[in-house]
Amino acid sequence: MNNSSNIDPAVFSRRKRANKIGLALSVGAMGLGMVFLLWILSVLFFKGFAALDLSLFTADTPAPGSDGGGLANAIVGSLMLVGCCTLISTPIGVLAGLYLSEYGDRSRIASITRFVTDIMLSAPSIVIGLFVYAFVVAQVRHFSGWAGTIALALIAIPVVVRTTENMLRLVPGSLREAAYALGTPKWKVAFMITLRAAQSGIMTGILLSLARVSGETAPLLFTALNNQFFSTNMNAPMANLPVVIFQFAMSPYDNWVNLAWGGALLITFAVLALNILARVVFREKVQG
Amino acid sequence: MMSNMKTMFDLNKIDSDGGKVNLNTNQPVQQEIKNAIEVRNLNFFYGSFQGLKDINLDIEEGKVTAFIGPSGCGKSTLLRTLNRMYDLYPGQHAKGEINFYGHNILSDGEDLNLLRSRIGMVFQKPTPFPMSIYENIAFGVRLYEKLSRSEMDERVEWALNKAALWNEAKDKLNQSGLSLSGGQQQRLCIARGVAVKPSVILLDEPTSALDPISTGKIEELINELKHEYTIAIVTHNMQQAARVSDYTAYMYLGSLIEYGKTDEIFIKPKRKETEDYITGRFG
Repeated sequence: MNNSSNIDPAVFSRRKRANKIGLALSVGAMGLGMVFLLWILSVLFFKGFAALDLSLFTADTPAPGSDGGGLANAIVGSLMLVGCCTLISTPIGVLAGLYLSEYGDRSRIASITRFVTDIMLSAPSIVIGLFVYAFVVAQVRHFSGWAGTIALALIAIPVVVRTTENMLRLVPGSLREAAYALGTPKWKVAFMITLRAAQSGIMTGILLSLARVSGETAPLLFTALNNQFFSTNMNAPMANLPVVIFQFAMSPYDNWVNLAWGGALLITFAVLALNILARVVFREKVQG
Repeated sequence: MMSNMKTMFDLNKIDSDGGKVNLNTNQPVQQEIKNAIEVRNLNFFYGSFQGLKDINLDIEEGKVTAFIGPSGCGKSTLLRTLNRMYDLYPGQHAKGEINFYGHNILSDGEDLNLLRSRIGMVFQKPTPFPMSIYENIAFGVRLYEKLSRSEMDERVEWALNKAALWNEAKDKLNQSGLSLSGGQQQRLCIARGVAVKPSVILLDEPTSALDPISTGKIEELINELKHEYTIAIVTHNMQQAARVSDYTAYMYLGSLIEYGKTDEIFIKPKRKETEDYITGRFG
């Protein structure tokens, strides 16, 4: 009784073997990635949590050689820089995205804008820092919070432009037609219907751009620099977490290195929180 | 408020006088049949492709006119010329005349937003705006009228009643329009169109995405609405055309093959092509 006539056992076993090898390779690649991610995170948590205490949020960065200290000035500075960056990049980015999707479409100026935006998206952030250094810091002859904000905004704007445009393009044309069919003028269709239909997607884009800029160090080195003291003056050099981490991590003082770990943990948590928030906002949209 | 409306728009005056106005005496012209829309020698082009060929057709006021025909025959295209929806897309253009109460809407200086507020449209898929049920209706009304809060409340209730949706929606006016079922969403879109008080309503396959019960409700609605509005409907469903319309136009490959009273088209068509399509031998 032969009921499986045309299956060659050699072909069959070779295919099973190939499948096993392929699976092993892909699991291995994933494992390698996960090992390093978990390694980084566990070191960060281990050292970071050791540095966490109340004085981290209340005391300013310590002078060289002095004990203790915290990151209060850097935390406030980072919040101000990223906050001002959001205030600048959101309107510019959303309006530019709205133009690309609703008005420019396939016009020459729109394709040029899109091309430039794509270059800006992948431009190394240190180049943006140097650009702002040359055109702002070198002109006014001092580092300042505003220069840092401009550098961060230049990084955030392309992200917001592209997500806004993509999200607006996902809005079905039938919704726009329905609005036009009531006699709605074009600007009202764009601002009150299309933009509103895409709003949670655009919010997600803005949050992700925030997550992107809140860890940027290179553009701030040349612009906001750092400030050892508590300052909310945007016209003066400003303390911020990334640059403080950068400087303290390389210092010989134990308490400085400790603070750098604490700051790194704070930024990681903030970025994680922004990413989770972005997912929640976007999921609400999908559920309608 | 309403007297303001009349002086604001010429088209409103024409409408409120119930058709053509004799400019010398300002009296309505006596006519047995009043046509809301008269299409003359209409040719339509998608770029270089001709979508409509020499269409001549009258749409009578206060009646339902149905357009039937196989897919791609131009019936939706014809409907979309009537409110110049095609104008949104570069490369599409129409030649000929479409007279809306004697006024050629294909002329260059036509204000399209104003025109579309007079000739409303409902689409194949329900398209509620991303806002509350109340705001969905108030949005269109606010474009051309300034109403007090209580007047707006009345208008919203009136429009939802017209679309037979008031009883289902009255307790959730502040909920998103997207929270309604498909059939309810489509009735919301009809309510939204009715709320701006147009004189013509264009329906582009309004029930093809709906279940039979919702379809039945919309058809009842069309029968109600035709007492006050002129309606043009595109449908794939010949039984639907027979049920709801007074006049039927059969189109094929961009041409109007036969046009007449629905009874005559369905019982005794003059052209063989029409008969073949209606009896299911073709299409």
